[in-house]
Amino acid sequence: MDSLLDPATAIEAVDRGLAEAGYIASRQISTAVFLAQRLDKPILVEGPAGVGKTELAKSIAAWQNISLIRMQCYEGLDESKALYEWKYAKQLLYTQILKDKLGEVIGQTETLPAALAKLHDFGDIFFSKQFVEPRPLLQALEQKDGCVLLIDEIDKADAEFEAFLLEILSDYQITIPEIGRVSAITKPTVILTSNANRDLGDALKRRCIHLHIGFPEPRLEARIIETRVPGVATELRKKIVAFVHELRTLDLKKLPSVSETIDWARVLLLLHASSLSTDVVRDTLNVLLKYEVDMETAIPQISELLDKADRAFIPG
Amino acid sequence: MLSSQASSPAPTHAPDDLLLRFFRAARGAGCRISPPEGMDAMSAVAAVGYGDKVALRDALLLTIAKSQEEKVALSEVFDIFFRSPEPRDLDDAQSDQEENADNQSGEDQSEGEGDSDNEQYGDLARMLMSGDRGAVQAAMTSAADAANLSNIRFFTQRGLFSSRILEAMGMARLEDDIAAQQAAGNQPQRLMNARDGLREAVRDMVNDAITLYTREGTEALRNDILRNVPLNRLERQDIERTRKLVDQMARRLRDKYNKPKRKKNRGRLDTRKTIRKNASWGGIPFITVWKQKRIDKPKIVALCDVSGSVARVAEFLLLFLYSLNEAISDIHTYAFSGRLVDVSEILDNNAIDKAMQEVMKTVGYGSSDYGKSFVDFEDNFMSGITNRTTVIILGDGRTNNLDPRTDILRSISERARRVIWLNPEPRFAWGTGDSEMPRYQPYCTFTRPCGTVRQLERVVVDLMEMDRH
Repeated sequence: MDSLLDPATAIEAVDRGLAEAGYIASRQISTAVFLAQRLDKPILVEGPAGVGKTELAKSIAAWQNISLIRMQCYEGLDESKALYEWKYAKQLLYTQILKDKLGEVIGQTETLPAALAKLHDFGDIFFSKQFVEPRPLLQALEQKDGCVLLIDEIDKADAEFEAFLLEILSDYQITIPEIGRVSAITKPTVILTSNANRDLGDALKRRCIHLHIGFPEPRLEARIIETRVPGVATELRKKIVAFVHELRTLDLKKLPSVSETIDWARVLLLLHASSLSTDVVRDTLNVLLKYEVDMETAIPQISELLDKADRAFIPG
Repeated sequence: MLSSQASSPAPTHAPDDLLLRFFRAARGAGCRISPPEGMDAMSAVAAVGYGDKVALRDALLLTIAKSQEEKVALSEVFDIFFRSPEPRDLDDAQSDQEENADNQSGEDQSEGEGDSDNEQYGDLARMLMSGDRGAVQAAMTSAADAANLSNIRFFTQRGLFSSRILEAMGMARLEDDIAAQQAAGNQPQRLMNARDGLREAVRDMVNDAITLYTREGTEALRNDILRNVPLNRLERQDIERTRKLVDQMARRLRDKYNKPKRKKNRGRLDTRKTIRKNASWGGIPFITVWKQKRIDKPKIVALCDVSGSVARVAEFLLLFLYSLNEAISDIHTYAFSGRLVDVSEILDNNAIDKAMQEVMKTVGYGSSDYGKSFVDFEDNFMSGITNRTTVIILGDGRTNNLDPRTDILRSISERARRVIWLNPEPRFAWGTGDSEMPRYQPYCTFTRPCGTVRQLERVVVDLMEMDRH
């Protein structure tokens, strides 16, 4: 990024870049990405499922044309799966193969301490970079051209793991006891996502830019649909967005998210639906709602919701 | 409208100082800002600049607020903080003047009042008469700085700060000007309106400052008081605040206790796990795995008296317990006054205030009958108590002189891991009148007075700690 650009232009540039990658960002999202790059800070993205948290990371990678390294978190994730692992088998194999060679080297010495001293010179061979199997975090630091490191659903990982991330998040480096510190060649853009399954620690939050992505405004959502499902006619698109927007005002167990709106638009396109009628909506509602109880709540109200959606004005 | 609508006043102080004041206001609104976060916010602001208010707001929201609630609170603070004080009546003064002019049909004369006398007016009067809002705002801002407005601590200082600011702006001279005009037989209506407008604007500015800067101190003080107020004497307007307070405390405890603790039990090898762990290098045990003892989260059965006097305390106890969700593996709640019913489902499915109303509808407000309620419990729910259950009974133990049925409490206490009795009355009242506490006490692992938020917190902390040693 050109650091000489004035902020407004730079934020614009982020906006355009993301749009080219197929991601329609709100102003706040663009500002967050801009700040993350300017301040070299990770972004912690929170928000309901399906609003495009993971997609944001992918789009940044696509826009900047750098690779995306993804680490999916889950309960029990630990260092050896996230950071690095020793290639034990290779180490064992090499000691076997090099046995004779070692014998040769050590054989010439006379006393045990001398042999030990000799061995010491070779000691670190087996715990060197050659025998390290890099896992996502280490890989991210080793990318020459930088990358986007996506740490997905951090709230699923244990609290200890969170603490372990702090070093990489604040200093872009990690410490491997046997080798030493590994610093990033090019600082990666780090995106963490969370569904707020549990409260994250303050230490982690403090190191990040905190971005909350909620359900988008109708106008933004219409633009998202326009980009993701290009075939839908303008009128229908507005209807779709307005209807989903009304649906979100109901008391549902799981509110339909942007990804559901996109899916629904696709389905309607496949069905060659040109307008929203009560029947069409009822038949396809299962794309939007994922729980039986929600369906039961929504179905009796479809025509009412459609009426309201008709009256709603969606610009753009 | 006036033609010289100036943009917002130029900041007369260092921007960093401005941000520091903003942080203080934000802290007052409940955002925690640590020094490194403050520094991040400053560099973020440096990156986006002050020119674009939306970008500025986004930058601050992104770096300071770390949850959705904080973002809402912070954007409110932002709006007040960066609202420029505006002498509202400047326009009105002008239009009033015009109206007057029409009515009096003496346009030349009143126009003359404004112009010809400008020479003899002081600076403030001239500034007001020129209608330059920008200049007036800038003058207000720098006068506020001179008066150290951001150091305001109590709302009682409102008058003091207002007059200090007005004084710094040259109010004395303005009054003199007006008096001089009046002495000369004129009615300087425009000037007087402008003066009143200015007063009002300064008062608004001071009010904003009170909202922004006095919260930090008073909030802490208020919370401290609330912690120690007997819950059943809580004022209606404080209930919501106390709920928030309890929620905060519960969140802290939840973070601390939400994981099952494992006790290292070094010395006993877990053979199965060791073999599995070392399988990749032919079963040679490089890494040993030791047996661990898992420590359970508490299983709770709560019996709450919801008759008149105890209901409020029950609400807060339940709020506390249910806010701990992940930290407690299992909780069953029974409410009683005359009879006892299982209310777990109501509490599981509703927010606490709604749930409490529901519970009250089903059982509440009768006079309590401990004996009958214990019988209900024994008949229907006794099987739910195992040797791993902690039974919490919340009640004042006032049986209205009915049979207390201590025998049932005894059998509960024999089945359960422990029985804790919480009584909202202070200890000295136990056993007076119809209180049967002394007869219940022998069957309880321990009893505690529990009438304030602080006592409640202590009980919950003890509860969480109990099985962890």
